Amino acid sequence: MRYVLRRLGFFILTMWAALTLNFLLPRLMPGNPAEVMLSKFHGELTPGSLHSLEVLFGLNTHQNIFQQYISYVHQLLTGNLGTSLSQYPQSVSSVIGSAIWWTVALVGVTTVLAFILGTGIGIVSAWRRGSRLDSIVPPVFVVTSALPYFLVGIVLLLVFGITLKWFPSEGAYYVTTDTPGFNITFFEDVFNHAVLPAAALLITLIGTWILTMRNTMITTLAEDYVRMARAKGLPGWRIMLDYAARNAILPNLTGFAMSLGFVVSGAILIEDVFNYPGVGFMLLQAVGNEDYPLMQGLFLLITVAVLVAILIADVLTALLDPRTREAG
Amino acid sequence: MTATVVAPTPTQIPSGNAFARVFRAVRANRKATVGAILLLIFILIALFPGVIAHDSPSADNYTPKLGFTTAHLLGTNTFGQDLWAQVIYGTGSMLQIAFIVGAATTAIAVLIGVAAAYLGGLWDGSLSVLTDVLLVIPLFPLLIVIAGYAHGDSIWVMIISITVTSWSYTARQLRAQALTLRNRDFLEAARVRGERKLYVIVVEIIPTMTSLIVASFLTNALYAILFSSGLQFIGLGNPNQVSWGTTLYWAQSEAALQTGMPWWALAPGICIALLGTAFALLNYAFDEIGNPALRPVRKARKVGRARG
Repeated sequence: MRYVLRRLGFFILTMWAALTLNFLLPRLMPGNPAEVMLSKFHGELTPGSLHSLEVLFGLNTHQNIFQQYISYVHQLLTGNLGTSLSQYPQSVSSVIGSAIWWTVALVGVTTVLAFILGTGIGIVSAWRRGSRLDSIVPPVFVVTSALPYFLVGIVLLLVFGITLKWFPSEGAYYVTTDTPGFNITFFEDVFNHAVLPAAALLITLIGTWILTMRNTMITTLAEDYVRMARAKGLPGWRIMLDYAARNAILPNLTGFAMSLGFVVSGAILIEDVFNYPGVGFMLLQAVGNEDYPLMQGLFLLITVAVLVAILIADVLTALLDPRTREAG
Repeated sequence: MTATVVAPTPTQIPSGNAFARVFRAVRANRKATVGAILLLIFILIALFPGVIAHDSPSADNYTPKLGFTTAHLLGTNTFGQDLWAQVIYGTGSMLQIAFIVGAATTAIAVLIGVAAAYLGGLWDGSLSVLTDVLLVIPLFPLLIVIAGYAHGDSIWVMIISITVTSWSYTARQLRAQALTLRNRDFLEAARVRGERKLYVIVVEIIPTMTSLIVASFLTNALYAILFSSGLQFIGLGNPNQVSWGTTLYWAQSEAALQTGMPWWALAPGICIALLGTAFALLNYAFDEIGNPALRPVRKARKVGRARG
């Protein structure tokens, strides 16, 4: 319990750090860039949205930096992320709401797949030390984990999207011929569009997970209780799964949660390659259009998502691993 | 420790000075040899680009959209620029970023990690929290936001922002390693001699951690390559500078793949991958050197692992 509370405290601390970073960045930049942005849109904004943006970026205010900070935090706590400038007059939260589910689905499915496949291959590779499989796995996946996401995306797009035309090469569904709805054709369309981006993410992600799992597993296999299990004459698969893998997975759970930051950066680049309309693609468009409120809102959202995932992994670890509970 | 990162804890390889040890270790490990040779080739290309490419990377007066020809090995793009020259001359700036950011982040990581471990108490508490917070904040989106505000046409904006944000992973590993040294006799001896803390950290502790510091440098250089080429690829670098990521950005925005010029995107992409692979192979080899249990094909033996 103490462990979970401590992790919760860390979660709140990190959230606060991210909020503060968002507050400080535009104010620290030479010549507040938000000022230029706001002057461009000045005539078109309603007084209400103008005010919320002024609070976010510290413009036209006589408050000192501490008072600014208080009104900034207050505004965010009421859930007001400001108004998007490139898609005026929509609020930032509603613009983000239209993109978020594409990314959640894409990243969620590939992360779970990479976890299952990566852990599985890692376990088997460590179990069969010195076999042909194990002599191939480390070098191959050291290389794939060093590949830049966009290169994998580009190669898949070129081979399967453009040359072979097996899968559609951009977007999340055929915008012109298909309408979103709960029917088989739409789901099939969405699935086909997701295959290449998901595969690109998977290929670059899986290597790290295989290698960490393999390396932890090798250390675990040398433990006395594994030798004990062998001495008892237990079948190999039981030793592999119930004795070694079960203990090797635990320390990796947190590591996997930590790697979510990389998954997110991968998703941003992959969405850019495939023009996939998720939050990463939207972030890049916001930067291109100098839509700073949307850009800040997306950064906050991505950070919150990653932190929540880490918190969930921490709670899971605490539930599964008695050692963390003892350590307090 | 608030979260566990699987930190390899290299044991010390005895005898010889640090560089001789590193050199011997690289030669004895096949992954390391391949990585080192790749890196050496790129360094040579970066030092003497004019010897390998005869055209200027920024000249745009060639016939556009050429395929592979003897005059233009990789063809030309829609702007009439020679792609071979772009790739060759782009090597320098990528290596520059990799080495500068790799060295600077490692320096920060060493100082913060070792100081936290050696000073202990409140210092350790606050430095570790700082490290952990930075570790979990998604860096690439943060770098995008910084670049979005900065409009930096200078390569230094990118170098500084990557350096300031990405040292935390290796700082954590170095702290774990330094913690295991904390109660050794030679540090006690320095304390009794009345040496200052900064002296102990710089002269006594850091030299004993050479192999992990080299590994940290390799990790950080790899991050620097992936982050900076990613930023350039999405158009947040200086669009006029010759660099692999920038070449990719132009290929993407001119729809090179869709218009039958795949090598415009593939060539710089493969170069980034190869350079990244060089650092990754060297790094993995260092893990193997430090942790004998991971070395290929041998009988599994019991391995004592120090826990940080």
